[in-house]
Amino acid sequence: MAAEAGDGKPQPGRRPRSRLIVRLGALLVAHSVLVSVVCCIAGSIAFLLLPVLAKNTYVSENALMPGSANPMFSSHDVVEANRFLKEILDRGSAKVTGTEIAKLIGQHVVDVGAELYYHKFHPHGNQFHPLHFFSSITNTMEMQYNSSCTLFGLNSVGIIRAPRGDGKEAIVLVTPYNSQNIGQSEALSLGLAFSIFSLLSRVTWLAKDIVWLAADSRYGEYTAVDSWLKDYHNPLFLSNSGKIGTGVCFEENILHLLDQLKVKGPGYNIFKRAGTMAAALVFKVIEKKEKEERDSLTIYAEASNGQMPNLDLINIVHYLAVHRQGLRVKIGSMHSLLKAAWLKFVGEMLQLFGKLTKHLNPKWKFDITSAEYVEGTATLASSIYYQALGVPTGSHGAFRDYQVDAITLELSPRFSLNNENNRSAFLLRGGRLIEGVIRSVNNLLEKFHQSFFLYFLTAPHKFVSVGVYMIPFALLLAPLPIVSAALFSGNDNLGVSTEKVNQEPGCIGSSDTELRSGSWKWLQAAKVVFMIHLWAIIVSLLPYVLSQFPLTTPITLLLVWAALSICILLIFYLIFGACSTHCGWELLKSVMIAAASTGLSLMSVINFSTAQIGAMLIVPMCLLVQPLRKQMQAGVCRKAVLVICNLTIAVVGFPPVALLIAKGVCEDFGKAGVGAFWELAQLLWSWNSATYLYLLWIHLPCWVLCLHILLYPCIGRSSKA
Amino acid sequence: MAVLRHSAAFPFLLLLALLICIPALVSGVWLNDDGGGVEEEGEQFSEELFLKPLPDRKVLAHFHFQSTVPPSAANGRHHHLFPKAIAQLVQKFQIKELELSFTQGRWNYESWGGSDPISSTNAKPPGVELWALFDLPVMEIDATWKDLTHALSGLFCASINFLESSTSYFAPSWAFRSNVSNLRYGALPREAVCTENLTPWLKLLPCRDKAGLASLLDRPSIYKGYYHSQRLQLTSTKSTGIVLKQTLTVVLKPDVQRNSAHSSLDKSIQPSWSVSSMFKKNVTGLCVPAKTSRIFFELETNMVVELEKLGYGDSWSNSIFDLSPNPVRVFKESNPLPGRSNSIIYEFINYSEHEPLDLGMKWKLPFIWSCSQAPFHVSRFLMGSGNERGSIAISLQSTESNKEFLAKSHGCNVQVLIFQVVPWYVKVYYHTLQVFIDGKPQSVSDVIEKIQVSPSEDKLFPGTLELMLRYPCSVQSVALTLDFDKGFLHIDEYPPDANQGFDIPSALVTFPNFHSSRSYVEDNFSINSPLLLKFQEKNVVRSYTEALLVPLTTPDFSMPYNVITFTCTVLALFFGSLLNVLRRRVGEEERLLNSKGNTTRIRLIPLLLSKFSSKLKGRTDGTPKSSSLLGSKFLLILVAVLAVLWHYISN
Repeated sequence: MAAEAGDGKPQPGRRPRSRLIVRLGALLVAHSVLVSVVCCIAGSIAFLLLPVLAKNTYVSENALMPGSANPMFSSHDVVEANRFLKEILDRGSAKVTGTEIAKLIGQHVVDVGAELYYHKFHPHGNQFHPLHFFSSITNTMEMQYNSSCTLFGLNSVGIIRAPRGDGKEAIVLVTPYNSQNIGQSEALSLGLAFSIFSLLSRVTWLAKDIVWLAADSRYGEYTAVDSWLKDYHNPLFLSNSGKIGTGVCFEENILHLLDQLKVKGPGYNIFKRAGTMAAALVFKVIEKKEKEERDSLTIYAEASNGQMPNLDLINIVHYLAVHRQGLRVKIGSMHSLLKAAWLKFVGEMLQLFGKLTKHLNPKWKFDITSAEYVEGTATLASSIYYQALGVPTGSHGAFRDYQVDAITLELSPRFSLNNENNRSAFLLRGGRLIEGVIRSVNNLLEKFHQSFFLYFLTAPHKFVSVGVYMIPFALLLAPLPIVSAALFSGNDNLGVSTEKVNQEPGCIGSSDTELRSGSWKWLQAAKVVFMIHLWAIIVSLLPYVLSQFPLTTPITLLLVWAALSICILLIFYLIFGACSTHCGWELLKSVMIAAASTGLSLMSVINFSTAQIGAMLIVPMCLLVQPLRKQMQAGVCRKAVLVICNLTIAVVGFPPVALLIAKGVCEDFGKAGVGAFWELAQLLWSWNSATYLYLLWIHLPCWVLCLHILLYPCIGRSSKA
Repeated sequence: MAVLRHSAAFPFLLLLALLICIPALVSGVWLNDDGGGVEEEGEQFSEELFLKPLPDRKVLAHFHFQSTVPPSAANGRHHHLFPKAIAQLVQKFQIKELELSFTQGRWNYESWGGSDPISSTNAKPPGVELWALFDLPVMEIDATWKDLTHALSGLFCASINFLESSTSYFAPSWAFRSNVSNLRYGALPREAVCTENLTPWLKLLPCRDKAGLASLLDRPSIYKGYYHSQRLQLTSTKSTGIVLKQTLTVVLKPDVQRNSAHSSLDKSIQPSWSVSSMFKKNVTGLCVPAKTSRIFFELETNMVVELEKLGYGDSWSNSIFDLSPNPVRVFKESNPLPGRSNSIIYEFINYSEHEPLDLGMKWKLPFIWSCSQAPFHVSRFLMGSGNERGSIAISLQSTESNKEFLAKSHGCNVQVLIFQVVPWYVKVYYHTLQVFIDGKPQSVSDVIEKIQVSPSEDKLFPGTLELMLRYPCSVQSVALTLDFDKGFLHIDEYPPDANQGFDIPSALVTFPNFHSSRSYVEDNFSINSPLLLKFQEKNVVRSYTEALLVPLTTPDFSMPYNVITFTCTVLALFFGSLLNVLRRRVGEEERLLNSKGNTTRIRLIPLLLSKFSSKLKGRTDGTPKSSSLLGSKFLLILVAVLAVLWHYISN
């Protein structure tokens, strides 16, 4: 449409009444600079306004009915939890064999009348598999070959079959504990879990089976939970045949262990299942250094690639924790932002503005205090950051890969846990909270579907839904196609006009023959852009090759990676360098912007937060970039501004720098070293994060093309026209 | 015999008199027992209750009510005891056999037994299961089945009529019953079972739940149990007439009387129970028409073995437990293998109207035993996740009892029959069938002796798989996997609201080599109890797997409005512009424009501005000519805007 409008321009007088849409399009394209500036500013403002636009959460699914039943978790259960805790601590201090606690859990689970089995697993190293992005099924066979004899973990799993249920659905409780070195807080979380489990084995209202997974977090919580889930959903029937070499001693190990366990009954190593999982709760007790006035609960919800559990799950936890148990609910926030002066200033401005609007119409609810705003922004920032990183914030992430809604609850007591009274009160609260959540989920007749899946949290009880947070992104993205069209049509006009004038030859590279084929010139530019993208894909696959070589330190790996990529880029330049200068930079920029906007829109579907952060970096870079030589021709003041803007954006837009800044803002600059980037990349690909793909397939080529345009050798015809 | 020898000395007349008297005496006893005076040839009704303690501190109660009616020619249409509804049903639909079960909860094959007669015939899948064998030509069966489902649905207040659609029932050819063509099988795993199904079932009994053993059926206590399966079984032949067996199997957990003093001992001792404490009711009186009314109590084989190890034998009162009224008779299972103890059944008869029979068991010492297991423990589960595809896996794990079997015979083979119905929206690829034996993949032809597959047809037939496996007894685990794709339903096939998922009915796994029949040593009477006779029937061991839940892609029906508006907008925009482009003739338009002559091009904003100013001028001029209408409209808008502004400022 834009091109059509461009065609119409040379003969303006002849067509005063074309269609409205075309005219509007033409208008937008004609004022592309104004439009892009307005859109970018509006987008940034809308982004800053997100905490103001957040709504209060509400339990959307009526069937959940949180808190409608009286909790059954009583002081009797607390006594049981305490007894279990004591037993664990006795055993834990006596022996460090690693199976003592599993044995204890097993005995208790059987005593309660539930089914028990042990799940053995091998910790698997995170390896880069270039083809495994977005596929949850990884090759477990290969991993088992690599596993050695001594490396294995042992999850203990208890299952309560719902007395009158049909066993089609299950609720999973997970308590990670370190079997090698168990601390008091971990023992306490096990005790809490056991007391809840034994309570649930007695209740009559269960409709879904209950699975309690005491995950052996010796090799990391996530590994334990993930390998259990993998065996639950994709069991490997071939397992025995795959263990010929290394498996024999392993089998002996496990047999020995099961002999040790001596819990009477059959089949404790047979994997048992309990239907489709409705929801999962990971909970643990963490003793914090800083003391607060109330027991607190921290909710972690982000799973891989920015997936979130259904908001209703967080809602019921929040509702029960705040309104029933009087806990203080927290979610992660960026502490560095809490002290930022500029944010406080923005907050105060918004507060003033809110007062003003309230004065105009009391029904407009824009009133937000400065402190609330700052807190909301910090929480929102961490929410966006963790979603964008694409790495789950806890072992609940493993469940989300199998479309199970899961969250991690971290309970932390107000006082020291050594005090018996405090501990009992704390256990009572925690137990009642978890019992309430289970009861709510148990009430659910359907899947979690009623509430939101796409949201950011700005507070435990406030959220920004997808309909609202799309707006800043759409505003940021909107100028890209317009500018691209404007550049393209502008170039086309020039081509036609130069052909008409036909007096001077164009740039060094351009000749008359090329000008005649003007409308196809963009193919040249597209070729360059395509080559750069191809290079980026090769660069993204290099780490796989590198990880095959025995290089150890991250710094060397990073350096080799960088050097290799630069070499390949140079080779590309040598081969295809000739054609790259033929086309004008406007066309190149136009095609680059088109590619970037396509990439950003695609990424917004996969992981919105990455796209949002990426858009904030890429969009100004794409819009502002101009060859430095052309900038030199402008006035002094404008020149300086342009050059400085371009250079800063070019530096910030470099993926490693951007990542380091993001990490620095979130955590600490002190930790950031040269090798940190390699570690970060390793983190991203080992978690199958789409952010890695975005960075290397969209962001990096865009940045290289921007640099290419910045250093463009010829100014092009534009200066002469 | 002694009487006869004596009588030989007496005169012949006396002998004759005696011979005439004996049957009369005997029949007199029978009359006493019956209490009703029903002829032996006519309709009969008997009620029995079978109780068995289970290893996991629960108690199994199995009610067995049996009514028989001789062939219809004798009685015509009138019945004394037999429910008329059932007789009519049998007559109208020409039913040879029928079984209908309503089940809530799952039978726990691991701890409640898998190879005894109760579990292999009375353990049923959750929900409703119905199968019927018709005495009709094959062409008429499907229509009759449909009518039958509707009739039963009305009779039992259940949605059995959902089984009428051809997508939900199937005619198994050999895996369910051997080689019958006029059998139809259907299951509704989602059907909820409650008192509304029990009441019509009780109405079929002559005394309902007002007297006799059925009076124990206190609704809260039987529905509080761990398993509840109510069954109706019909057999009708020309020679014997109709036999109606109504059984109710419940697994209950007796209440534990907590004794704070001996809490640790209490925990390990099995809870003591009695019939009245478990059901919260007593047997109130006799059901007068009932021929027999008795309670059986069984000590399982393994329990007897454990007891004998402790040296207690078959006594019903020892230092481990007490049975409270003394049993009338004792049946011992006759052993095919000598030198091994077997299960014992104690019989109690419900004689008197005033003294309720309150059978009770009191445990005194902790006692642990295990139940008799099926040769293989069967479990079925779904693999994979997501809305696209997955696989069904059936895994068989060998159990303890198989080891015993192994010890008996070497080089044997196990046969396993698997019967699996899959709804059409789960599109199973039968060629992907894989068999793993002890973790090694096997070629299908080696293991499978017989297989019959009828693939599903969309919206017409479910897919079924009938499969016979044969493998050596020494095998520890067998796994079968089948891949499937999830289909799309038509919009009106979805349940009205967002759903939990769709069910795959339980698969039936049968072990033809293993039989669950019992034979009892006749003490001094021949066994005339229908229940024990049923135990003696030769039944194969069968177990049902779990029902599965398949989540299908569900469109968000709660927001159709959004979708409609959005798509309509997009379509309107698209087709509008497309038509516009197609309709235009560029050449003509240009000519038209040229003929109009050159007018200066005005940009949009100046154009709007000029129009605006001209209108303003028009208003200020106060000369409404042709644009009077426009001017008034504009005025109206201006006033409205002013009013809105005023409203906000004043607020």
